[in-house]
Amino acid sequence: MRKQLEGSQAVAQAVARCRPEVVCAYPITPQTHIVEALSRLALSGELERCEVVNVESEFAAMSVAIGASATGARAYTATASQGLLFMAEVLFNASGLGLPIVMTCANRAVGSPINIWNDHSDSMAMRDCGWIQLYASDNQEAVDLHIQAFRIAEALSTPVMVCMDGFVLTHAFEPLDVPSQEQVDGFLPGYEPRQVLDPDDPMTIGAMVGPEAFTEVRYLAHAKQIEALDFIPQVAEEFRERFGRASGGLLDSYRSEGAETVVVALGSVLGTLAEVVDELRDQGVAVGAVALKAFRPFPLEELRGVLGGAQRVIVLERALAVGIGGIVSSDVRTALAGLSVEAHTVIAGLGGRAITRRSLHALLAQALAGQLPELHFLDLRTDVIERELERTRDGGRPGPHAESILRDLRIVASGPV
Amino acid sequence: MSTPLPFYQTGTFAVGGRLLDEDDRAVQSDPERSNAITKGHRACQGCGEALGARVVLDAALRAADGRLVAANATGCLEVFSTPYPESSWRLPWIHSLFANAPAVATGVAAALRAKGRTDIRVVGQGGDGGTVDIGFACLSGMFERGDDVLYVCYDNQGYMNTGVQRSGATPPAARTATTEPLGGHSGNSFGQGKSAPLIAMAHEIPYVATATVADLRDLEQKVTRAMSFHGPRYIHVLVPCPLGWGSATGETILIARLAKESGLFPVFEAVEGRITSVARIRHKVAVEEYLRRQKRFAHLFAGDGRPDVLARLQTLANRNIERYGLLDDADEPTDIGLLDALATSERGPV
Amino acid sequence: MFSVRIHGRGGQGVVTAAELLAHAAFAVGLEAQAFPSFGSERMGAPVTAFCRTDDRPIRLREPIAEPDAVIVQDATLLHHVDVFGGLVADGYVLINSARDIGQLGLEELLERHQPSRIVTVPASEIARSHTGRPIPNAALLGALAALCGLVSLDGLGEAIEQRFGATAAAGNSAAARECFELVRSGRPLSETAHA
Repeated sequence: MRKQLEGSQAVAQAVARCRPEVVCAYPITPQTHIVEALSRLALSGELERCEVVNVESEFAAMSVAIGASATGARAYTATASQGLLFMAEVLFNASGLGLPIVMTCANRAVGSPINIWNDHSDSMAMRDCGWIQLYASDNQEAVDLHIQAFRIAEALSTPVMVCMDGFVLTHAFEPLDVPSQEQVDGFLPGYEPRQVLDPDDPMTIGAMVGPEAFTEVRYLAHAKQIEALDFIPQVAEEFRERFGRASGGLLDSYRSEGAETVVVALGSVLGTLAEVVDELRDQGVAVGAVALKAFRPFPLEELRGVLGGAQRVIVLERALAVGIGGIVSSDVRTALAGLSVEAHTVIAGLGGRAITRRSLHALLAQALAGQLPELHFLDLRTDVIERELERTRDGGRPGPHAESILRDLRIVASGPV
Repeated sequence: MSTPLPFYQTGTFAVGGRLLDEDDRAVQSDPERSNAITKGHRACQGCGEALGARVVLDAALRAADGRLVAANATGCLEVFSTPYPESSWRLPWIHSLFANAPAVATGVAAALRAKGRTDIRVVGQGGDGGTVDIGFACLSGMFERGDDVLYVCYDNQGYMNTGVQRSGATPPAARTATTEPLGGHSGNSFGQGKSAPLIAMAHEIPYVATATVADLRDLEQKVTRAMSFHGPRYIHVLVPCPLGWGSATGETILIARLAKESGLFPVFEAVEGRITSVARIRHKVAVEEYLRRQKRFAHLFAGDGRPDVLARLQTLANRNIERYGLLDDADEPTDIGLLDALATSERGPV
Repeated sequence: MFSVRIHGRGGQGVVTAAELLAHAAFAVGLEAQAFPSFGSERMGAPVTAFCRTDDRPIRLREPIAEPDAVIVQDATLLHHVDVFGGLVADGYVLINSARDIGQLGLEELLERHQPSRIVTVPASEIARSHTGRPIPNAALLGALAALCGLVSLDGLGEAIEQRFGATAAAGNSAAARECFELVRSGRPLSETAHA
């Protein structure tokens, strides 16, 4: 039944219905509402047989999750931004150990400059940590992906990160359906660990592996993700059959059939993008959109299938790989290898800058006119950059860019003076 | 037991204690004991840590009736005991990372609690680097939350696994790869020290103890005692490292004993943040007796030597002796509060 | 689609207002989306929250740049923040103030928009009289219900009950009702105030 709920509250309720046994987290904006809600559910007794551990850091949060998961408990945590990076080492460890932990990443920019708003710098920085990464296009999907995530993680014995845009989704309040306990129980069986710390059957988890076998162990991690390319769509299909709505999968194509220009994106921008596609289609412009739902594993073949007929692909990225530009684009270009499809990288929505219909229309007009460069920054204020570069050229000690630009714009960090 | 046996008859070695009543015998004297860590590991000759870990885990296993899980930090102990595809561990054992053993142990304990498994106990362990330096935040968090974990630090006073660099537990004047006695320096500098046991006591956790591998009976008894408590417990074991200390491989036990007998390493136990018993010095020795046997202090004795540095080290030992009441004729040392101890100290135990 | 932008200060329940409005709209069968202008949580800092309603699922995720209605919960913001930015020509304005539009120096607003849709309400005082606290959010939503009919007073009451404890809910519902009646009666309308 649909109820008016905040994204974070709905995700917390969905996670609770997955019956986690250990929830451990450290507060960081914009993830907090999720773990606060889970704490309340556990303390009130509504979520039974669940230990909530208030750890002293994200590093510890993921470490506690590792201990719990290896002991056969269903473990969950959530973080964002600096927190995700603070647990970087432990993320690699969790996936290397093959522990099916589920984590929410409430996507947020990574400083410096410090910025609490949404972009994908955090999860993109951790793209190679061995976790499956799923991106929610909207809050209903965020709810559904968490339920699917436990299923995928435990079936493959590998951790899954559900990425949902911080604030844009976590703090949005809208009609959402959180499946009932019975529904979730019917979809998600109890956790049957592949490896467990059990005195009746002692095993060593986390042994040292040298050159003689390290490559093979790493290959198996890769093979597991390739297996996930088949399994993720199966889970999404089963979910659709049981719950009556499509959520998840590897990717979702929106009016991209016959489209000459296709925009590829991840996360909440897909909603605004769909509006723009509809408006342009109404004008007879052949545009479409593709939502990447799984970024790791990367659906090369499936993407090639939906993009192969296009003339132009625009990858809209909420993260910047300094020194090269796009992150997702590199993988998309791999998918397009050998095809005569023109590919563009557009960096957009960094640090919470809204991606608006107006900006997207302008972007597509530029692309359709054949004027979009290979790498483009959406809504980049070149005047601000020029002035700051000018100041820097003066020599002396111009000071940090962030502060100079704020002074230039007469802004106090989070809003106009 | 009818007549108290003299110390030399019970001994401190693995075979010791067979003259005692069965209940009082060492875990290691029992041929039927469980073997936490068994043959096949790659520890150096004379490794204090391998011995300490075996004694600690066997005692913990007995106390837990064989129902024990261990979480291990990266370090020598992990590297020498689990070379793929072999493992020397005969209990459920997990190694995750260098800095997170206490948190992994917390996770194991939380999972057991959630599952209602009160029969299984949890031990976390690491070396001094993994404990007093890089893993310290996780350790403090585990203490503060009251998690049901016994954490054991095997202190060999440096980063031995990476090639003998200085750690926060390296004693003053010790030579390591990063504290060479060059340019007029006499090895590791004299600092404020970092006493993990005293910091553990400041968390007011149920049980804190120090021990050395020179007195394995004492170590076993402390582990057994620790296992009788629930909540966070901490045991800090001095484990000489022949490689890093430059000591003879056959003198590991002797050197550990001299550390204690000189007063440089006070052996005590504390309940709820207050010291309740102290292992007295049996044959007091000058610090020089302890230092001379280790090449890491050789620069203190080369040429004209460094009597000034030796005097400072002796002062530290004397302060420990006074503070903890380590000599037989000292006042009864029981019930020393942490603050009392700190009030009379310039630095923690060396 | 109908879009409402709410301006206020941290501690005035601005985000809650947007959520209550969304809830009330959902109660009458509309799709509704509420979201804040995300920032650090600081008391007294300018805060903006948004609410969109529609009869079909809402996919847009951009901030509301061209609102159909603007609620100003704190009149001290009028000269600091561009609260009326992008307001559509036939848009609604609701300001929490005991003063009228003229006294607030906003005559220009009456020229650009339909004067009958520009209203001030002493919502803080009304809220204080019913709840003991000058938190004007629910009271202003009562006024909005009367002003533009987006939500019903009953739907609003249901949203308030769902959100607050019994005592606070009763007080806030009463404050919303008083504001609703006040606007419905036409007394606080700017034209009247000017007359």
